Formats: sequence, structure tokens, C-alpha cells
Amino acid sequence: MLAGRTGTANVVIRGARVLDPGGGVDATLDVRIDNGVIAQLGDNLDTNEHRVIDAAGLTLVPAFIDPHVHLRTPGREDEETIATGTAAAAAGGYCAILAVPNTEPVVDDADVLRGLRARADEEARIPVGFLAALTKGQDGSELTEMGALADAGAAGFTDDGRPVASAGVMRRALQYNAITGRPIAVHCEEASLTRGAHAHAGSVAAELGLGGWPSLGESLMVARDVDLAAETGQHVHLMHLSARESVDHLRRGLAAGVRATAEATPHHLCLTDEAIRTLDPNMKMNPPLRTEDDRTALLDAVRDGSIAAIATDHAPHSPEEKDVPFESAPFGVTGLETAFAALYTYLVEAGVLSLETVLARMSAGPAAIYGLDRPSIAVGAPANLTLIDTAAAWRVKADRFRSRSQNSWLLGKRLHGRVKLTIAAGRVVFEL
Amino acid sequence: MTDLRVVGGDLLPPADERRHLLSVADLTRDDVDRLLATARSFAHSQERDNKKLPTLRGRLILNVFYESSTRTSSSFELAAKRLSADTMTLKAVGSSVDKGESLKDTALTLSAYDPDVIVLRHPEAGAGEFVARLTEANVVNAGDGKHQHPTQALLDLYTMHQAFGRLDGLQVAIVGDVAHSRVARSLVQALRLVGADAILVGPPTLVPAGIAEVSHDIAAIAGADVVYVLRMQRERMLEGANFVPSLREYTARWGVTPGRLRDGQRVMHPGPMNRGVEIDARVADSEAALIVDQVRAGLIVRMAVLYDLLTTGPVAVEATVEVA
Repeated sequence: MLAGRTGTANVVIRGARVLDPGGGVDATLDVRIDNGVIAQLGDNLDTNEHRVIDAAGLTLVPAFIDPHVHLRTPGREDEETIATGTAAAAAGGYCAILAVPNTEPVVDDADVLRGLRARADEEARIPVGFLAALTKGQDGSELTEMGALADAGAAGFTDDGRPVASAGVMRRALQYNAITGRPIAVHCEEASLTRGAHAHAGSVAAELGLGGWPSLGESLMVARDVDLAAETGQHVHLMHLSARESVDHLRRGLAAGVRATAEATPHHLCLTDEAIRTLDPNMKMNPPLRTEDDRTALLDAVRDGSIAAIATDHAPHSPEEKDVPFESAPFGVTGLETAFAALYTYLVEAGVLSLETVLARMSAGPAAIYGLDRPSIAVGAPANLTLIDTAAAWRVKADRFRSRSQNSWLLGKRLHGRVKLTIAAGRVVFEL
Repeated sequence: MTDLRVVGGDLLPPADERRHLLSVADLTRDDVDRLLATARSFAHSQERDNKKLPTLRGRLILNVFYESSTRTSSSFELAAKRLSADTMTLKAVGSSVDKGESLKDTALTLSAYDPDVIVLRHPEAGAGEFVARLTEANVVNAGDGKHQHPTQALLDLYTMHQAFGRLDGLQVAIVGDVAHSRVARSLVQALRLVGADAILVGPPTLVPAGIAEVSHDIAAIAGADVVYVLRMQRERMLEGANFVPSLREYTARWGVTPGRLRDGQRVMHPGPMNRGVEIDARVADSEAALIVDQVRAGLIVRMAVLYDLLTTGPVAVEATVEVA
């Protein structure tokens, strides 16, 4: 399902705190990788003439998987390419990402998908999966050839960015999708409630005079799609949840045994709509930043696993698009290169989430949702590893990104926790 | 040995000393008191035959208007002229904006003339903040989207103070389309700053919660010292919006008519008025109306704002008047 190269690295990582929450590992160990596969864990391992990486004081964790990335390819290669997006992901500690299909053209045809996968085999720094569109042209009416797309390697289906308005179409898609077994990922937005909206419909937007995007604009669709998942017995994955009411609907579904999964973004977990008071276009996201109460509900759900994945919704925009007044700016921010450090600085160090929880939601969680192998630190597992210096402090600077775009909500911020090395599919893909 | 070289950057004032007026939130109570006092001083200068003061001679004030405006653009232009500044007014129509030039490029182009102040009106919230990041000039927000119109709020405070002799404890009912009104947003903040009370009155679909006390019943204006009437825009009734069913229904329920006012109440309106819609013509032309006073205040308050941005130290307006 993932396109891209695998590697045959021979490396010994010496003396790191090895922390794999999914495998119950937390000890200071050496890790030896032979031909891209973890061969041995232990103390004072022989180097076997491998390259040795001194990792004393660093933390070695299962590499991350981002289930929601806008690679902007094909069509907007000025904003991101497969090469730059995956290089950014590697620098963020990711061993795999999933790209969404709202590109130009839309990935709604098996040939387009095969072409992308072939390009990824050539250019991608780390393995990439591609989600395909649910409806042709993402116009919400005719289903794509989901069978052919699944055969061509679609990781799942979504009309992200242009949510399916018709409950009937969504129901048909779920019913038909039984033949693929891949998740249908939904961007929950009821367009009649979000027309002309620029920010969460709350007191901050009222004060600033910005059109409001109410929580109901999301939660109404979450309720619909959870109920459709229940009725069809199919898997619905709820993308970038932002509102307490949405979490409530998700929990109701989970309690009833519905096959629903969900993700949340670092920005929704770290910020509230207070952040838009500066009218900085890099604080403009869809769904919008909401209130502290919403943020608390998301954090609770991330903590207890109801929201099993943290996704960046990495959305590169060109400077011409974002360097404009708040209201004319498009929605979306980048996130691949800052996700871990933002979560570590604002949530782990603040005692809001444990490091283990963050690691699980950035790796094992998204893997399980999309049926990918869980990155693990165990003998015999392919090397998908990230080496982190939790003590390192660094400042986020626009000219340091590997991404082609700089529209980060963290520009100028000083963060803790830095990725020093990433190994993806047995290949060293990033070293600081 | 101390290095005594002066580098170019040392000669620039520190960035935080540059002051913009983007939002009422930028102002303190002291700022408001000082600005209104300065405006009162300028009011005296405007009673003379020679109304021009030399204060801002040689300064350049650019008025950049991306939206139509009569009152605001003319009063800023005249305010600059009365203070002897050079001034130019650029309207989006007939400029490079017509040719698709971005706000960023327009701002950079105009900044090349080294303006002291850029007065900006723009249909999008955040335009003032955006231009302020691009230019060395002081930026005055003359209205951005539905966000802020701080000089309107200041001239409204000035007008109320002239009429009542105080601001503290004044009760102001703001009636109409609050949701789409930058005037209402700025005024509510300004009233709070000076210890006055606001109540928002209008249709539930046009009066947002979370800004101030709200009533959907026009009878709620009874307790107010000032009834502040907002313009009701026809496009709010268009398909897809449907904030109210019709102008007729709006006028019947929320129009400010003589019968709905009591003696002693004063009526304000930021203009342009729709007579017979949000405000009855008899009210607009009555002794209770302060609408022309607002326009007059607009000139001197904008003079005060420009003066305040471009001069430092205590206000010496009387002395300035003597010089003139």
C-alpha cells in the first residue's frame, strides 16, 4: 500500500533510552540494525563493522506515521512536491505518510494513482501512501471506481476538503466500500453552516467580526457519518476533529461498537481561538481553532484513545496565498517538521499528555487505522526509528524548512524536543 | 575600548515606539482621554477664519480606500490638510488594484514614498495588521471588514461627551445589524473602556452573543441615553443570507420611530442612513439627532488621531493655535 524505497542500513544505535510504548519497551539499550531490519537489542552490542551512532542521552522511539498530508502533487508543485513533502516528513521523524487526493487533477482515477505511486518510488524520501477520492472530481455525486483504485494501491478514500454533502452518496460509498476494506476518511463539514466562515463561531469571532464556523458545522456531519458507519457496518475515519460535540458523537458510536476512528491535529490540541486575535493568517485553519472546552475534550479523547491518531493535516500554501489579510487567506498550516516538538513542548512538558501517549498516537494509532504494520522496536521488525533529543531547544525559522512552504503556526517559536535521526523502512532518511 | 560606530539601524526608532491605530483594543483609557482632549482643542481652531494649523507640515499622509466611503475618506483628507500635511487619497477603482495588484504590492509601492501615516480602509478583517507588518508608516485602520473602525468609535465618544458632558455611566442602545457592523464592534469596546454601558438590540440573526448584553425587543431602548442606529443593508435579505424576511418586517419591529423614543434620548447614526428603514425621517431630522454633530466630530477627532501619532510628548495645542 505504501510506495517508495526500502533500505538496507547497517547501524548500531548505542545507549539511547529505547521507548516503544506498544511493545512495552523502556530501557537504555543498544539497537543493531542489519540490512534495514532490527537484528538485536541489548547492552554493549558488537558493532559488526556497522556505523555506530552514539545516542547516549537521546530517546529512540518507533518512527511516526502521518495519516493526513497535503502533498499538493499533482498540480501545485510550487507549494510541495513528493520529494520536498517527504523530506519534511523525514525531518519530523516520520517513516510514512498518507497523502490526500484533493489535488489538481483529483486522484479519482487508477491511472493518476499509479502515476503518483511511480513518482513516489523515484522521489519519495520515505514511503508514501495515497488516499483516493471517494467521488469523481470530489464533486460529491458519482462514486469513483473504488475497486480499481484499491487494486492500484489506494490507502483509503476521502473527499477531504470537499465534504460529501449527500447522506445518500455517503451511504452508497460505505456500502460499496465493503469490497475494498480500506477506510473511508471524512472531513466533517456541513457547508450550509460554514459559508463565509473564517473562524470558530464563538465570542472571539463575534468580537473580531469574522464569519463564524460553528461547532455544529462539524458535529452534525460526525453524527451523520457515525450513524452511517453503524448502519452499514463499515469503517469511517473522522479527520481532524475540532469540537467537543464531535467527540461526544464519536464516543457514543464507539460505545455502541461502531467502526469509527478519529484523528486530531497538533494545532487543535495546542491552541484555541484566542490565537486568532493577532489576525495572523498562519492561525487560520479548517476546521477552525475552537475554545478551551473543545481543546480539553480533544485532549481527553487523545488520552483515552478514542482519538487514536494525531495527524498534521500538513497544508502547504504559497506565500502569495498566505501573505494577505486574514480574511482573504486560505485555510491551512504546515506541520510535518514541527509536530513532535510542538506536542512535546506544549503538552508533554506541560504535563497534559504523557510522552508515551503522544508516541502511540503518532505511530501505532495511525498504523492501526489504515492497516499498516506498526513501527516497533523489536527483533525482526523493519527499522522504522526516530532518535529524539528531548532536551534540545530550537527556534522555528521560515528559511529552515525542507517543505516548500513556510505557513507554519509556530514561526519564531522556541520549541523543545528535536528529531536527530530518522530511519524509514530500513533507510537512514534524515540526520540533523 | 568601546566601539563608537553608529550603524544605520541605531538611528531608527525602536519598533515598539511606532504606534498604529488598528483597533480600539490598542487604546487605554488614558489614550482616549488624551485624544478627546486634543480633539476639543482642535475644535476651537476650527472656529477661526484661518482653520489651518502648521503642525504636520512636510508630513505625508496617504489615504488608501478599497471600499467606498464619503465621510471617512473626506474627513481624513481634510484633517490632514487642516494640519498642513501633504495628503493623497487613493481609491481601489482607477488604481493598479483594478489590474489585480495585491495589497502587499500596493502597500510596498506606497511605502516607497515614505509616508508618515497610511490610512487604510479594506473589505477584509486583518488588512490593517497586514499592512502594518509591511510598512514603516503608522497605520490607521479606517475600517477593515466587519472587524474594527476605531476612529468612528472615538468620534462617537466625542459626540456623546459633547452632548452629555460625561461618558461614565452612559447607557447606549445599539440597534440593528450588529453582526455585520465594525462600527458596533469598535463602539462596544470603546464604551466599555470609558465606563459606559452598551445593550445590543435587533433581530436574533443579526445580533451576536458574546459581545455585550442583548435584547431582541425594541422596547429595550427605553432605558438608554443614546439610541445608536446602525445601517440596515439590503443584501442581508438576499437568498442564501435570509437574516430577516423583509425590510418591511425589519422596519416594523426594529425601526427607530418617534413613538419609540422618549424625551431626553439622543439618536446617533454612523451613516449613510436609510431613511424610512432603520430610522424614521422625523427622528433623523429631530432635535434629538446628533448625526451632523458626529460628522463634525469626525474631522477634529481624525485631526487628533493624526496629531497624536506623529507628535510625541505633551499635547501643546493651544500653543500651536497661537503660532497659527
